[in-house]
Amino acid sequence: MSALAARLSRFAASELAHNWVRNASAIAGTIIILAFALMVSFGPMLVAQDPYDVRQLDLMDAFKPPAWLEGGTAQYLLGTDQQGRDVLASIIHGSRISLFIGFTAMLASCLIGTTLGLLAGFYGGRLDSLIMRIADIQLSFPSVLTALFLMSAFGTGVEKVLIALTSVGWVVYARTVRGSTLREKGREYVQAARVSGLSNARIILRHILPNVLTPLIVVATIQVGTFILIEASLSFLGVGVPITRPSLGLLIKNGFDVLFSGLWWISVFPGLFIMLIVFGINLLGDFLRDELNPRLK
Amino acid sequence: MLGYLIKRLIQMFVVLWVVSVLVFVMMSFTGDPTYMMVPLDATEEQIENARRILGLDQSHLVQYWRFLSNIVQGDFGRSFVFRQPALQLIMERLPATLEIVFLAMAMALVIAIPLGVYAGANPNRWSSRALMAGSLVGVSLPGFWLGMVLIFVFAVKLQMFPSSGRGPTSEIMGMRFSFTSWQGFLHLVLPAVTLSIGTLAILMRIIRAEMMEVLKQDYIKFARAKGAANRFVLFKHGLKNALIPLITVFGLMLGDLIAFATLTETIFAWPGIGKLLVDSIYRGDRPVIVVYLMFVAFLFVLVNFIVDVAYAFIDPRIKIK
Repeated sequence: MSALAARLSRFAASELAHNWVRNASAIAGTIIILAFALMVSFGPMLVAQDPYDVRQLDLMDAFKPPAWLEGGTAQYLLGTDQQGRDVLASIIHGSRISLFIGFTAMLASCLIGTTLGLLAGFYGGRLDSLIMRIADIQLSFPSVLTALFLMSAFGTGVEKVLIALTSVGWVVYARTVRGSTLREKGREYVQAARVSGLSNARIILRHILPNVLTPLIVVATIQVGTFILIEASLSFLGVGVPITRPSLGLLIKNGFDVLFSGLWWISVFPGLFIMLIVFGINLLGDFLRDELNPRLK
Repeated sequence: MLGYLIKRLIQMFVVLWVVSVLVFVMMSFTGDPTYMMVPLDATEEQIENARRILGLDQSHLVQYWRFLSNIVQGDFGRSFVFRQPALQLIMERLPATLEIVFLAMAMALVIAIPLGVYAGANPNRWSSRALMAGSLVGVSLPGFWLGMVLIFVFAVKLQMFPSSGRGPTSEIMGMRFSFTSWQGFLHLVLPAVTLSIGTLAILMRIIRAEMMEVLKQDYIKFARAKGAANRFVLFKHGLKNALIPLITVFGLMLGDLIAFATLTETIFAWPGIGKLLVDSIYRGDRPVIVVYLMFVAFLFVLVNFIVDVAYAFIDPRIKIK
């Protein structure tokens, strides 16, 4: 515990933290992300309705506009959908799924990509060329298309979306880490570690890994936003998450069917929430990129 | 130079071959296409017969060999739904996609270049910061959602533009285009705007960053010192050099536009290859999915090849080994 406190106080004294609380976009991004974190953690307890418990839905309440429009009620702040579902409640539950997918897929991509990048950079040779050729081929395809094809082969499901996103997401870590590993491998401290007879595994994990992590922070931050957008696109096309637990993208799809009858709020609000969270993540990512890039200092 | 070209050409074919293997493996996972072909009340015997005709009773290796030799000859099979050669279906719909992709790219370039140059030349102005925040919003919003908002505002409420479909087309060199008539052009506007926003935002950020980099160079200081007009310095000396790295992202941009065209076309019921792909995925129309994949892979590999060669020609600093 005290080790954690020591780390925290060291971070608080760092230049990064100093700039963080003074940079407008860093503050805005952090606030948006924290607000979303609070919303998905405590939101479901605050909204009266569980939108996916059919017994709690009342068809008499269907198609209610947002509270500030004529015919809206305070009970349904952002209106209701075709089945009398509270749009706000759907968004809160949907954000949970969108954020969970974005974050989990990022962690999985980071883990797999970093491992492969370390191996490729440290050992080189055939393993290196194999991994990098796969990465090259994948990069020549846009991620959305690759993910779309994978999902069309897998069928819908949260775990399948995670697999599809991870299959397109690992490449960027593998390439970044491989580059840094190649550079670090030649440094004196690695040679010293070799001379003192440490095992390769120990050199990679304890000596090289901590020194290649910094550039990944930016990549990982931005990637959560990208993944949220790709997941939304897949779900919008009907090949993402299943209808029983819709993400924000699937909520937009459901609202699209009734958009032409003028019922805009069912699809517009979920989209606004996607935009807001991805914008917050990108603001923070931009700040981190400027801060952590040694060339700009 | 010739050696480099040959090496890149061989690489191209290796990539396409790998893609064909991946496509084949993936398609083998997606279930048995026999049931798409036979009537619902088919007997066991009829199903067996259909499997034999399709060659599905043979080993995967034999099946792959047949698949490969067919596509090399340009035979991608017939669509299960349309009963037409799958390649022909793609080719019929290609002009529609190219039309919105190129219009979107043109719009993105025309708007992003001046804004990016401005923001790069005056990075600390309030208006530049607003532009950058705006471009970050452009990167952050789901493009298909923007399309829906545009439909709602401009088609449903204001009724300025049609909400879906392609409108009248006319034939140019055997391909059907809709930009030739006013009605057709109106149909083009909303899909193209929707598609261009993401690219526009990214492009503006790249141009700004490149301009900031270039404007620090000595030759810019020299141009300013000899008293060249500001606009001349920015566009002639600055932008010209800032645009060179942009060529390398051209391939990526085109790829993203074609990928996002699947969503845009779905929303606007635009009859291009993207909508064909999505429809074929719903219907399990395997030959069409395969031909789309191979065609798009071919397109990307070709564009990247051209981009690499063009880059080597344009930038004398790059030595070809």
